[in-house]
Amino acid sequence: MAELQFREALRAAMVEEMRRDESVFIMGEEVAEYDGAYKVTQGMLEEFGFKRVIDTPISELGFSGIGVGAAMNGLRPIVEFMTFNFAVVGIDQIINNAAKLRYMSGGQIKIPIVFRGPNASAGQLGATHSVAFEALYGHVPGLKVVYPSEPGDAKGLLKTSIRDDNPVIFLESEQMYGLKGDVPDDDDYTIPFGVAKIKREGSDVTIVAHGKMYHVAQQAAKELAKDGIEAEIIDPRTIKPFDMKTVIESVKKTNRCVIVDETHPFCGIASEVGFQLQRDAFDYLDAPVQRVTVPDVPAPFAKNLFDLWLPGPKQVIEAVNAVTYRS
Amino acid sequence: MAKKAEEKGFTPTGVVYKSTKLPKPTSKTHDKLGLKKKDLLNLYDSMYRQRRFEERAAQMYQKGKFGGFLHLYIGQEAISTGVVHALNDDDDLITAYRDHGFALARGATSDECMAELFGKATGISNGKGGSMHYFKLEKHFWGGHAIVGAHIPLAAGLAFANKYNDSDRVAVCFFGDGAVDQGALNETFNMAQLWKLPVIFVVENNGYSMGTAVERHSAGDLHKRGDAYGMKNDIVNGMDVFTIIEKFQEVAKDVRKNQEPWFLEIRTYRYRGHSMSDPGNYRTKDELEEFKQSDPIERLKTYVLDKKLVKQEELDEINKKIDKEVLDAIDFAEESDFPEPEALFQHVYVEDDFPFVK
Ligand SMILES: Cc1ncc(C[n+]2csc(CCOP(=O)(O)OP(=O)(O)O)c2C)c(N)n1
Ligand SMILES: [Mg+2]
Repeated sequence: MAELQFREALRAAMVEEMRRDESVFIMGEEVAEYDGAYKVTQGMLEEFGFKRVIDTPISELGFSGIGVGAAMNGLRPIVEFMTFNFAVVGIDQIINNAAKLRYMSGGQIKIPIVFRGPNASAGQLGATHSVAFEALYGHVPGLKVVYPSEPGDAKGLLKTSIRDDNPVIFLESEQMYGLKGDVPDDDDYTIPFGVAKIKREGSDVTIVAHGKMYHVAQQAAKELAKDGIEAEIIDPRTIKPFDMKTVIESVKKTNRCVIVDETHPFCGIASEVGFQLQRDAFDYLDAPVQRVTVPDVPAPFAKNLFDLWLPGPKQVIEAVNAVTYRS
Repeated sequence: MAKKAEEKGFTPTGVVYKSTKLPKPTSKTHDKLGLKKKDLLNLYDSMYRQRRFEERAAQMYQKGKFGGFLHLYIGQEAISTGVVHALNDDDDLITAYRDHGFALARGATSDECMAELFGKATGISNGKGGSMHYFKLEKHFWGGHAIVGAHIPLAAGLAFANKYNDSDRVAVCFFGDGAVDQGALNETFNMAQLWKLPVIFVVENNGYSMGTAVERHSAGDLHKRGDAYGMKNDIVNGMDVFTIIEKFQEVAKDVRKNQEPWFLEIRTYRYRGHSMSDPGNYRTKDELEEFKQSDPIERLKTYVLDKKLVKQEELDEINKKIDKEVLDAIDFAEESDFPEPEALFQHVYVEDDFPFVK
């Protein structure tokens, strides 16, 4: 076990997998000579050389597709997007090719590729640089979607993603790269997809929160505890597949649920989880499920508006108050 | 890190670069270009304003007065200034995120530009856009775009509408060398040529796309991308405002008359990092110093003083006026109000009563 930053945990996962398997390589903007826009790939060029750590032009459509083609032909590419906001330029390759070629070829084609990089907002970067994409990718059959919240999970899940034979969307956050946490050293430390983790136990309310919002949920839970409310926090860790079983088990105990989600409300992660809860755990709910999301509008620049836009512990506490009828 | 001879690799590396080489500036004098003393003073005024504004903006950013990204145009001011001079005021300009210079050159005020950086309601985009998204439609300045290459088709669209409406307006689209690698450029070039759209595409080749030298990210000479589509193209010295004026007068005239696109590669240099967080380890001090020797503001200053067209005091006067203007803009920005909370839900749709989902 070592204490690593999130970015170091990601790097450890990639380095270990690249040592283990010659067919794994990484490409993306500024990943090699610049050591990564956010220093995730720092030092990797040194170890693996120019053949396996590749700087690309700003051609997201091109290198996403080159990655898919290379994966079809036996390699295991890791494609780094400077952020997932720029992956939108290459999204045709992800949605139409990566996600569907296996299906359309009747199972002949295999596409073991990882698309990874920062997701969602990172301060006042304006509307085009602040979108949380997990709901959008989660919508597409053929893709697996991962969004870890802590360094240990990040390492284990990235190793699983690289070893997985399907296209995987692996979401990170600029704002979490410096976050420290315990990370197992084990070369074979992988975490299976679709297994949520109960990260805080409690009996009064279930809070489901992933990625950056997991930390918001933790802050809220601390505040709530001062008021005698014990929240159980579940981090699904992977968006697709999504571990509803763990959520439902928890709700059977707490009878109340708040979902914290950085995507927009309409067709978001919270909509899906909320639907499944009412379908599969209706009898256990003592209050309507509540959600905390960014509003149904793009990210504003101005600091005051941005702070209103991005959910914080306050909104989570309000939602918990609503499901516990304390407001 | 240099590549070992026997090492396999894909992206070019290990070369010692001169990231961008300047073609010769024009030999034409101000007279020949039809520039009067008043024009020379205006050019100086505009370039100095852009420079001073950004120097102060950088200071304010470092003081933590505002957040977001901040990309400075310092070193490239001859381009915005020369283009605005050469074109008509109702010609349409659109650029990428390095947009402060263009907005100021087109007549946006220091006040509204500074206030936007501070995210204030009095900003040029009402505090909604920030540094990368300045818009000033009444000056035919169409932004401010932060997805690399995404505004290239928009420029062709502006030109399409101009042609559709039988207007003789010309659209000019600026983007960095990095944007040349985007698919959007190639699709747009094809249609712009095929449909004969009155648009000038301009790559400001400043040698680097973030930390990647142009030879490492783009195959071949950038301006030659035009050849593939039969699009007229040329290379231009971007450190000399006279050269920019000469070239844009000529090209704009051609585009207006023949209703056909052009592609210009302007060679230039950015003095500062890509953004405020870039230490710039990918280039040498010598390269930077060399380009500073052809600084566009110094160059114009030397010209007008050597030729005794303008007195030093007149330039000092301008400097003094602008120094104050920019300091006042900071006060204005600080004192302005943030947008009202309701602004969060404004301008998403045209309707004010859209039923947003909660
Ligand atoms: C589609 C897309 N990919 C990546 C980025 C991140 N990014 C912003 S600017 C930039 C470099 C662009 O360089 P260049 O086009 O040469 O313009 P310059 O910064 O030199 O003005 C990159 C990679 C982005 N904004 N959009
Ligand atoms: Mg550039």
